[in-house]
Amino acid sequence: MDFNLTEERQMLQDTLRRYLREQYGTARRNDILASDTGFSADIWAELADLGVLGALFTEDMGGFGGAGFDIAVVFEELGRAGVVEPILDSALLGGRLLAAAGKTDFVEQVIGGALHLAVAHGEPDGRYDLDHVNTTATDGKLTGRKAVVMNAEAADHMIVSAKDGDTIALYLVDKGAQGLDIQGYPLLAGGRAAEVTLDNTPGDPLGLTLEDYEAANRLALIAQCAEALGAMETATALTKDYLMTRKQFGRPIGTFQALAHRMSDLLIELEQARSAVINAAGYIEDKHADMHLSASKNLIGRIGRLVAEEAIQMHGGIAMTQEYELAHIAKRIVMADHRFGDTDYHLERFIALSAA
Amino acid sequence: MDLSYSPDEQAFQTQVRQFLADDLPQDIAEKVRLDTDLTKDDMERWHAILNNRGWLAQNWPQEYGGAEWSAVQRHIYDTEAADANAPRIVPFGLSMLGPVLQKFGSKDQQDHWLPRILDGTDWWCQGYSEPGAGSDLASLKTKAVRDGDHYIVNGQKTWTTLGQFANMIFCLVRTDPDAKQQEGISFLLIDMETPGVEVRPIILLDGTHEVNEVWFTDVKVPVENLVGEENKGWTYAKYLLTHERTGLGGVGFSQAGLKAVKRIAKAANHNGKPLIQNPHFAARVAQVEIDLHAMATTNLRIISQAAAGEAPGLEASMLKVKGSIIRQEINDLARRAVGPYAMPFASEAVEGANDRIPDPLDAGPVAGQYFNNRKLSIFGGSNEIQRGIIAKVTMSGGA
Repeated sequence: MDFNLTEERQMLQDTLRRYLREQYGTARRNDILASDTGFSADIWAELADLGVLGALFTEDMGGFGGAGFDIAVVFEELGRAGVVEPILDSALLGGRLLAAAGKTDFVEQVIGGALHLAVAHGEPDGRYDLDHVNTTATDGKLTGRKAVVMNAEAADHMIVSAKDGDTIALYLVDKGAQGLDIQGYPLLAGGRAAEVTLDNTPGDPLGLTLEDYEAANRLALIAQCAEALGAMETATALTKDYLMTRKQFGRPIGTFQALAHRMSDLLIELEQARSAVINAAGYIEDKHADMHLSASKNLIGRIGRLVAEEAIQMHGGIAMTQEYELAHIAKRIVMADHRFGDTDYHLERFIALSAA
Repeated sequence: MDLSYSPDEQAFQTQVRQFLADDLPQDIAEKVRLDTDLTKDDMERWHAILNNRGWLAQNWPQEYGGAEWSAVQRHIYDTEAADANAPRIVPFGLSMLGPVLQKFGSKDQQDHWLPRILDGTDWWCQGYSEPGAGSDLASLKTKAVRDGDHYIVNGQKTWTTLGQFANMIFCLVRTDPDAKQQEGISFLLIDMETPGVEVRPIILLDGTHEVNEVWFTDVKVPVENLVGEENKGWTYAKYLLTHERTGLGGVGFSQAGLKAVKRIAKAANHNGKPLIQNPHFAARVAQVEIDLHAMATTNLRIISQAAAGEAPGLEASMLKVKGSIIRQEINDLARRAVGPYAMPFASEAVEGANDRIPDPLDAGPVAGQYFNNRKLSIFGGSNEIQRGIIAKVTMSGGA
């Protein structure tokens, strides 16, 4: 048994952490949050240069990582710094789908940072269900509506799921394609998404089915769990510092037992969250992978809510202000529960899978 | 024991319902339902309608133009108003300053300020909290130094709710720096047009602008704006806080919130069925509904005691803690109910985000509300402070 990172992953973690600490402080992030695009092209290019995007792909695909633990290492650091750039949706989810489709030239561009993607799968009344697709494909023309599509406006290409007869298949849609309407909006936790409608929009079949989507979705789940973990680490660290510096009634508030014990609980739960991410990454190839992933996402959702709410409460009013770092981090943590299935969704999936 | 309203109270309930049905502007009710920010004009319009009916100053004595409602009547109004999506009455002039002036203000102060609260001439805000003095209010530092017939005020207040709309602020200021913490504090009324007063917005984590910082730099305040005696402000502040704490259970808000959760969960699809039929989600909703049901009765028991002339003490703290937990749980359920549509940022305060997100559940910014209402367990004396009060009083043998 060995819970240490390999040398390569340790280097990746150190490099990324140092870069983000120096380049992605609260002021910089607040500027990015307030920008029209919702992300920074400079940061994106620099992350690509550092090899962060390449770490999400296997050597076969042109990358130098791509395993569950590579993904976990990258996203934990992105979460720790509260990074809003849509690396999960654009590079990981979109990129791995194109890799699965054998689009090597596209994947090369993703790894280099030149190509931006969006994945349009969820639909307005589909909630978190993966097999709920009402968009139709007829002779390569797509018609339907997709909900809360991350990074839709900035994407050069969009990967769209649609029903061709009884099978769900994936299509590549060009940014300027006919009948494609993108209605964008900012997100509460940073970045942008859009409601996307397709009206007889031409799409290029990728030869991928729902099963391929589910495989990519597993990686996204690891990434989302790890990102939330990183954000929880920051929220916990900020709270610990605050409890030791903020004084009320003449002493640091962390010396009040009512708060000290709750801080201890957060630290205990944080270790549980860390273990859940390790499970998610470690069991990705296991035949019970989905059960482990659901267990992890459920636990991260529950602990995430606890950490975000307790961190705000123990800070008091200051945590409620937009410009203070914790506000952004807390929003990232809670909003992670709304991606790829929430706490309840994964509890039910866990029950179903573990009973099977 | 009798849990039903008396015939008089029932008649009053009918009257309130009718009034809300007839006179509450629909555009305002729609904004409240969707939790969209109300404009100053919206709030002033609603105050004027209530004032016209004689129902604006619900707890004031009739001699000052109030409705002099009983605690039960106020509870009935609160419940009906929340159910009808009426805006909450802005409390600063009406339920905070008004009672203080009536009890401790001079005749001149009462004659001048009270009618202006009723007719909307003045919009008051509250200058209590400071950056270093939140729940530990008595450690406030803003100072006022007597200079002839004026005080010169210097310092900074924070969390000043709706201060951007206000022309007047009532403040706690330190007038004797050498006195013990809770002594040497005075209660001062300050015109915000006075040179040296500066209001700076604080944007909250959900993007809304409802609180502010207020800075005072050599602000000249006439001595006739001192309420009561110099250095006795803490007494008045405590009196005001007991007023602020009534109604803190927020029963009406929680009932309205629960109704909204059910509406959304009926419309939301979960595996081909309405979410409300999902046993797991339904159980969560049922549990908070059961808690709310009991809390509403706890609230009525306290109201009934108050009607019998007993001042609410500990019970106010209990209601504050339980009421905030229940409301926050309801906000969390609403956030979950909308699923991925919790993610869009729908704040009116953010430029360029004024268009509603095309969300099929018509849920409004429920996730923003979830974050915004984290304040419920922080402000007005945090839940930790309230628990401290409960522990201190009960463990020392008194109640």
